[in-house]
Order: sequence, then C-alpha cells, then structure tokens
Amino acid sequence: MKILLGRSGIAKLKRERIFILFLLLGLFLIAFICITLGNMFYKQAEDISGLIDAATDPVVLMAIWISMSAAICSTLIAFFFGVPLAYFLARKDFVGKSIIESIVDVPLVVPHIVAGIALYGVFMRYGVFNAPFEKLGITFVDAFPGIVVAMLFVSLPFLVDAAREGFKEVDPRLENVARSLGASQWRTFIKITFPLAASSIFSGATLCWARGISEFAAVMIIAPFPRSASILIGDRFTSYGLAGLPGIAGARPISVLLISICLVIFVVLRVIGKRKRG
Amino acid sequence: MIRIKDLSKDWKEFTLKNINIEIKKGEYFVILGPTGAGKTLLLETIAGFYFPDSGEISIEGHDVTDLPPERRRIGFIYQDYSLFPHLNVEQNIEFGLKLKKTPDTKRLNELMDWLKISHLAHRYPATLSGGEQQKVAIARAIAIEPTILLLDEPLSALDLRTRDYLREELKRVRAEFGITMVHVTHDQTEAMVLADRIAVMMNGQIQQVGTPYEIFNKPLNEEIADFVGVENILHGVVQDNENGIAKIEVDTGANIFAVSDYHAGEVRVFLRPEDIILSVSRGDSSAKNVMSGRITELQDMGPVTRVKLDTLLVALITKQSRESLELRIGMVVYTTFKATSVHVVRI
Repeated sequence: MKILLGRSGIAKLKRERIFILFLLLGLFLIAFICITLGNMFYKQAEDISGLIDAATDPVVLMAIWISMSAAICSTLIAFFFGVPLAYFLARKDFVGKSIIESIVDVPLVVPHIVAGIALYGVFMRYGVFNAPFEKLGITFVDAFPGIVVAMLFVSLPFLVDAAREGFKEVDPRLENVARSLGASQWRTFIKITFPLAASSIFSGATLCWARGISEFAAVMIIAPFPRSASILIGDRFTSYGLAGLPGIAGARPISVLLISICLVIFVVLRVIGKRKRG
Repeated sequence: MIRIKDLSKDWKEFTLKNINIEIKKGEYFVILGPTGAGKTLLLETIAGFYFPDSGEISIEGHDVTDLPPERRRIGFIYQDYSLFPHLNVEQNIEFGLKLKKTPDTKRLNELMDWLKISHLAHRYPATLSGGEQQKVAIARAIAIEPTILLLDEPLSALDLRTRDYLREELKRVRAEFGITMVHVTHDQTEAMVLADRIAVMMNGQIQQVGTPYEIFNKPLNEEIADFVGVENILHGVVQDNENGIAKIEVDTGANIFAVSDYHAGEVRVFLRPEDIILSVSRGDSSAKNVMSGRITELQDMGPVTRVKLDTLLVALITKQSRESLELRIGMVVYTTFKATSVHVVRI
C-alpha cells in the first residue's frame, strides 16, 4: 500500500476516509440499477432477432408511440397549469400553503392502482369530469385521453415541485429591479423569472414525461386500450406464462426497445438542460 | 421632490412607523441606521415593491402611493448588484432602455464609456468583480433616465479601495445627471462624505433629519449619539449659565462648560472623541474645558489611537501625535476641548 500510494497518498486517503466509505456505500445503489438493466440488455443481446422483430412490429411501435405522445400531452398540461401554480407557491405565503403543497405531492404517495380506480370514478361515463368533456366529443375510458389523465395524475408532482424550487432560487430582487426598469409583472416573468428557472422546470418536465411513460397501474384501470407500451409489455409478460421465464422472454424485447428509446431521449434532454444552464 | 407622509408598514419582522420625510430635488439624501432598522423596507416601499399599510408617497407633486414600480421611473440599486445573470453587461443595461417607446440606442454606449465599462459589454455578471458589477448596475439604473435613484447599501459589499472609488462615481452620477439620490447605509463615513442631508433611522422610525454636521455633532438623543460615534456620553446637572455658556457638573464630579441655553436641570452631554486634544502640560489654551486624567487604555486602530482615561473620557488622536506625546498607560495627560464642541440635550 505504502509503496503504491506513497506517504502523501495514504495521508490523503485518510483525510478523505468518510467520503471513501460513503462512495462505496453509494456504489451499491448505482450497481443495483446498472446490473438490473444491464442484465436485461445482455440477455437480449443473445436474441437480436427477437429485438428486430419487436422493432418492426407495428403493434409494438404503435404502443411506444402512444406512450410517448400521451406522456408529452400530460407533460404539456402539467406545464400549462403547474408552472403558474409553482410560481405562486414559490412567491406567496398564505395560510394553508403547506396543505396545498402536500396536495400536489399526494399522487406520489397514492398507490397507482388506487389512483387508477379514483380516476376511473371521475372520468367514466357518468363521472363528474367526463360530462363536460363528453359534449366536446372527448371520452376517457379505453381512449387516448384516458392514458393522458392517468399519466398526468401520477407525474404532475415532479414538474410542479421542480418548478417551485426553481422559482424559489430566483432572487425576488431581480424581479424588483426589472420592475423598476419599467417592465410589467408579465414582462418580468417572461424575461427574467422564467428564463432563470427554466433549467429546473425543464428537468422537472423531463422527469414528468419519463414518469408518465412508465405508468402502468393507473393506465391499466382507466385505459388499457389503445395499448400503450407498458400495458403491452405487461400483457406480453402475463400471456406468455405468469412470471416465468417465457414471460420474460416475451416482454423483454419490447422492454429493451422502450427503455433504449427513453434513455436516448433522456440523455439528450439532460445534455440540452445542462447546456442551457451554461 | 419626494414627500413621504405618515407612512407605516408592517412586513415580516420589519416595521415602518409613521415616517415623514421630504427630500429635495437633486439632493443627496442618506438614510443612516443600524441593521434591521427598516431602511431597506422604506426604500423598497418608495420604489413600489411594497405598498404601505397607511400613508402617502408623492414624487414631484404626484401621488404615487398606488402606482406599480414600473410607472414610477425610479432607479434601484441593491447591495448585491442584482444583475440579471442570464444577460450580458450590454443586455443588462439595455433591459430598461428597450422598454421605452423611443429607445435611445446611443445612450447605451455613452453610458458604458462614461462609466468606463465598454470593454465589459459582452461579459456575463458572474465573471465580473464586485466593483464592475456595481458599475453595471448603476449604468442599468440611470439608463432609463430616472428622476430618483434609490441605493440600498450600494457600497457595503465592496473592498475599501473599490468603495472609495465608487463613492466618487456616485457623486459624479449626481453631478452629471442631477438625479435625486436616496442612499441607505449603516456606514457613518459613507453618510458623512456623500450626504447633503442625513436621516437617522432606528426601530422603524426616523429619529432625526439634518446636515451631516448636525447629525454627527448635535444628535437629538443618546441612541443617535451612540450610533453616530459620539463616544463621550455623560450625565450631568446644569449648575449655572453665563453668557450662553452652561456649567455642567457631570457624574464624575468634573465641571464641563458647554455652549447652551440651559440654566438648570438634568442633561446629557455629548462630545465626539476626535474633538478632544491631549497634551502633557496644561498649556494656555483658550478652550474652556481643560482637565487632567490618567490613561487607562490605548487602542491602536491603525491611523488613529483611541485613548481611554480615568475621567471616563475617550479621545481619538492620530498615530503621529500619539508618538510625539509618547503616551503610555498610567500617564497623566490634559484633555482640552472647546465649549462649542460639547452638545447638551435635556433629559
């Protein structure tokens, strides 16, 4: 050891003892993620033709497209309503604020199957939310909008929370100065506050989108049709034999395909987000 | 002219209590007070970032109490510069200019030249020094041709040299543009050097308004005196008065002569430490007050030394006179000060 590192090297290691220990502990989690997913990719690598079949199967491609586009829709809705809410929560203090903040986070603690049942209750044929939309010709049960609302419910906290923290980090004095320079509240928000919180909002939106795609249980209850990716994967898994090896073999190609696409997009978005942050 | 009438405001742990101030057009007005006095809140209320609970603010005769900040034409400068971090220097300064109906594009370059920051035009705030950032903030604020510039501790985060330099820049801004300057600080020197008039603010109230001379030499009460560096605050009783010179017996038993109209009663006696002259022999000064005392403490403060005496007086003398007098602890010296240097208030 001494020969390998030299005296100063050992002294340095000693000074950093706590961090070395923490790094080792933390690596367990990193390994947990990497081995789990890596194993799936590795197994799939033995069956490239299965992957090609999946990638050329219109049913699979359609399912992936539905998942992605529904998640984009739910993220846009979460953005449109969530960013104003986040700004309000970041800037105003009022009685019951922590209640509002907790409500935003409720979807994180509600089991998603329960969320799905609850959504079904309000978006089914005679549900309270269904009625106004029905006049516009929009229905939710077993329909694309159903997937969107299921995704929205479970993923909106990610966007709202990230945006709120982002807005909090923008010094209100910057807004004050902008106002004193002649900018209206609107203009100040658009030109100063939003750009400065944009990277937080962007990463929140990315998480929101990714969380939407991954949703299974809530979508399963309200809109198992049209088949979105996670539903199709679940379907293949069960229909090829419960939880056994054949099931894995049936669901794996689509899974690999889906997470490959998601990972690529996720990485690209991260890079864009980092660059924005400068 | 800015007129603030009966202004009150509660905000978090700060309060403004019944503030009344008139600031003349083109005046350099300093609000001096300790941390937590509510100075910033007052400034932000003048700017319109907060609205008063009661009272009125008018500018040039127009009531602006309910106007939003963007319609007040008031420049604002914060201690931490508050430059927009996502915009470069040029874009920061342009921000207000571009909002005008007829943007004066020449003004940007003129201002940058005038403040000698043209070479920074394309840099981002994070890459600038504190002094550079504050110059950009000044340029940005005066770009919109404000009638009033509000400055919240603008020099407090800067090192000494930069502070001296920017103090001169602020004087230059006032001289060149004739803007009414309202400057908040806790720094006495800053107030003394810059102000035409000073308002002393404590606990959310304006305690005294006056010229720097009045504030530093004729404080209205003990609290102000203490804050503005009057280190000799004594309690005494007026014995008699001859031709406008009161003879006051202070608690130490000594008699102090002061220019005052009081003929009797309990008073506080204020004397600035720098108004005391120390000597080793009695000499024949024309000053009314000469008394001897033993040095109990010598505090070296760089260019000056603080001398504490057993008569409870504190004197500030230059390093040079400390050396020529060869002062030591335990030595007996004579303290001399004029009757006009002593300020007396009744309690």
